[in-house]
Amino acid sequence: MDLLASVKVALGGILANKLRSFLTMLGVTIGVAAVIGLVAIGQGTQNRIRAQIESLGSYLLTVNIRGRGAQTALSYQEARDLTADLEEAVATAPVVSGSVTVKYGTREYDTSLVGTDHNLAEVRNMGVDRGRFLAPLDVAYWQNVAVLGQTVVSELFGFTNPVGEEVKINGHTFLVVGVLSPQGSSMMGSGDDQVIVPATTAQRLVGSRGVRTVYVKGRDPAAVDTLMAAIGERLTTRFRDADAFRIFSQTQMLETVTQVTGTMTMMLAAIAAISLLVGGIGIMNIMLVSVTERTREIGIRKALGARKRDILVQFLIESAVLSGLGGIAGIVVGLVLARAAGGVIGISAAIPVTTVLLAFLFSAGVGIFFGMYPANRAANLDPIQALRFE
Amino acid sequence: MIRVENLSKTYRLGTVSVEALRGVSFHIAPGEFVAVIGPSGSGKSTLLHLLGCLDVPTGGTYHLDGSEVSRLRPDDLARIRNRKVGFVFQSYNLLPRLTAVENVELPLLYRGVRPAARYARACECLERVGLGNRLHHLPSQLSGGEQQRVAIARALAGDPAVILADEPTGNLDSRSGGEIMDLFAELHAAGRTLLVVTHDMAVARRAQRLLRIQDGSLVGDERVA
Ligand SMILES: Nc1ncnc2c1ncn2[C@@H]1O[C@H](COP(=O)(O)OP(=O)(O)O)[C@@H](O)[C@H]1O
Ligand SMILES: [Mg+2]
Repeated sequence: MDLLASVKVALGGILANKLRSFLTMLGVTIGVAAVIGLVAIGQGTQNRIRAQIESLGSYLLTVNIRGRGAQTALSYQEARDLTADLEEAVATAPVVSGSVTVKYGTREYDTSLVGTDHNLAEVRNMGVDRGRFLAPLDVAYWQNVAVLGQTVVSELFGFTNPVGEEVKINGHTFLVVGVLSPQGSSMMGSGDDQVIVPATTAQRLVGSRGVRTVYVKGRDPAAVDTLMAAIGERLTTRFRDADAFRIFSQTQMLETVTQVTGTMTMMLAAIAAISLLVGGIGIMNIMLVSVTERTREIGIRKALGARKRDILVQFLIESAVLSGLGGIAGIVVGLVLARAAGGVIGISAAIPVTTVLLAFLFSAGVGIFFGMYPANRAANLDPIQALRFE
Repeated sequence: MIRVENLSKTYRLGTVSVEALRGVSFHIAPGEFVAVIGPSGSGKSTLLHLLGCLDVPTGGTYHLDGSEVSRLRPDDLARIRNRKVGFVFQSYNLLPRLTAVENVELPLLYRGVRPAARYARACECLERVGLGNRLHHLPSQLSGGEQQRVAIARALAGDPAVILADEPTGNLDSRSGGEIMDLFAELHAAGRTLLVVTHDMAVARRAQRLLRIQDGSLVGDERVA
C-alpha cells in the first residue's frame, strides 16, 4: 500500500472520532505551547540582559582591585597611569566608591557615592539631563561639586531644579552642577541611585583608601584583549601578585550571562517538556482504546490482505498526525502566549526557528514513539480472533 | 486448484485441546462449485479459515493454485489472501465508515493498485453484482442482501483463484438468500471456483458438489443431482 493511501486511511480514523481526536491533540498542544512559550520568554530575557550589558558601554573593561596586604587600593593617579601611553585605551575612569548621606534642607537620603572624573561619562555612556558632568578641573582642584542621579533628585528635591543648589554630603557642602539622565537599573545596580563627585574629593569624604574600580574603554574589540594583558601586567608589577586584581571584559560578562540564562531556559523547557510527555501518554492511551474498538476492522483488513506493516503504518500515521497537528497548534499558541506574556513583563519574546522546528519534530516523534506500542498491538492481532471480536 | 491432504487443526486452550479438524483430504478442480455442509461446531469454519489462509493447520498439507501454502509466514499468508482468495462472511464484514465502492477497493488497495484503476475495477464489480446504482452508499444505507452483494463484489475485485463463503445467507431472509445463491450460480457459470459453507440443505443443493463434515471429519463427498 502506498503512503498516500495510508495517510488517507489514517485521516479517516482520526475524523471518525473528531472530539476524541481533538482532546488528544490538546494534550500535545499544551505541551508544545509550554515549551515554545517558555523558551521564547527565556530567550527574550537573555536578549534583554545582553542589550543592557552592551548599553553599559562598548568594549568596556572593568578592573577590580583587591590589593595585597595593607595595600588594598590604588591612588587616583596610579589608576590613571594604568593606561598611560596605551593607545588602545580611549578613556579610563577610576572609581572611588562608598556610602554617603546627602542632605538638602531638612531632607536626608542615603545613597552610593561614586568618586571619579570626566571620563566616566564616556566610558559608561552617561549623559546629563541638566547642568553638566564633572570637568577635568573639578578633579584637579578638589572641587566640592556633585552630579546627582534621578532617584536622589526626586528624593531630595521633588520638582525643584537642583542645579545650582547646595547639598550636604556627609556634612560637607557641595554644589550641585548636574543631574544624570535616567540610567535604568542594570546588573551593576541602579544607575539612578548615586551621587557622582570628583575622585579626589571623594577620597577625603569617605576616608576611603582609594580607587578600587577602574573602567577602561577600548578602541575596538581587538583592543580589549591587548588592554587586559597590558593592564594585568602593570598591576602584577605594582602588587607583585596576580591575585590582587581582577579584570572583566564585557565579552566575558556576556558569556557568563548567556550561560546562566541559557541554563535557565533549558530548565524551563525541560519542565515544559514533561507536559509534552503527558500529552504523549494521552496519545498512547487513546490509540490503545482505538485499537481495541477497531479490532474487527483490523481483522477485516487482514482478511483482505493487509500485511502487518500496513496495519502498523496506518496506526503510526494516525498517532503521528494527531501529535503533529497538536504540535503545530501548540507552536501557534506558544508564539501567541509568548508575545502576550512578553508584553506584560516588558520583554520581546524571541523565538528561534530551530526551537520551532525542534518542537514540531519532537511532537511528531512523541506521536510515533507512543503510537508504536498500540500500533504494534494492532499489527500483531490474529486475523481470526480479530474477526470474531464483537 | 485446491488440494488438501490429511489436513488437521487442533486448538489448545490451556490443558484442554479441541480437535476441530481431524485429517481431511479432498481435491477441488478449477471452476467447481462446492458446498460444505455439516452441523454447527463440526469444523466448517475452521476448514474455511485454513483454506483461506487466515490460519495455519496443525497437520497435513494444503496446495492452493499449485503451491504449498500451509507453512508460510504471516506476511506471505497475507499476500495469498490478497491475491488468491476472495472471502464472503456471514456478517458481511464491510467497513462501516467506507462507501460501497471504497469497501470493494480494499483488496486492490493492499495490492498497491493505482487509485483510478482501483475505482474503475470496483465499479465494474459492483455493477456485476447489480449494485451499479449504489456505489456511494454506506453499508448502513444498504439492506442485508445488498451488503452481502457488496461483500461478493469485494471478493471478486481481486480476481482471486477461489471464492470462499462462510454461511453467506445465514443472516438473510430466504428471498435475499436466494438472490445471493443465484449470484453464486451466475459466477459459477462464468467459470469461477466457489466453496460455500452452510448448514442449510436448501442452500447446499444449489452447488455442484457436496462435502459433508461431521466432528471434524469428512463423511461424504457427493455430486448434487
Ligand atoms: N479459536 C478457537 N479456539 C478453541 N476452539 C475453537 C476455536 N475455533 C473453533 N473452535 C472449536 O472448534 C470446533 C469447530 O468450530 P467451527 O469450525 O467454528 O464449527 P462450525 O463452523 O462448523 O460451526 C468447535 O468445537 C469450536 O468450539
Ligand atoms: Mg461456522
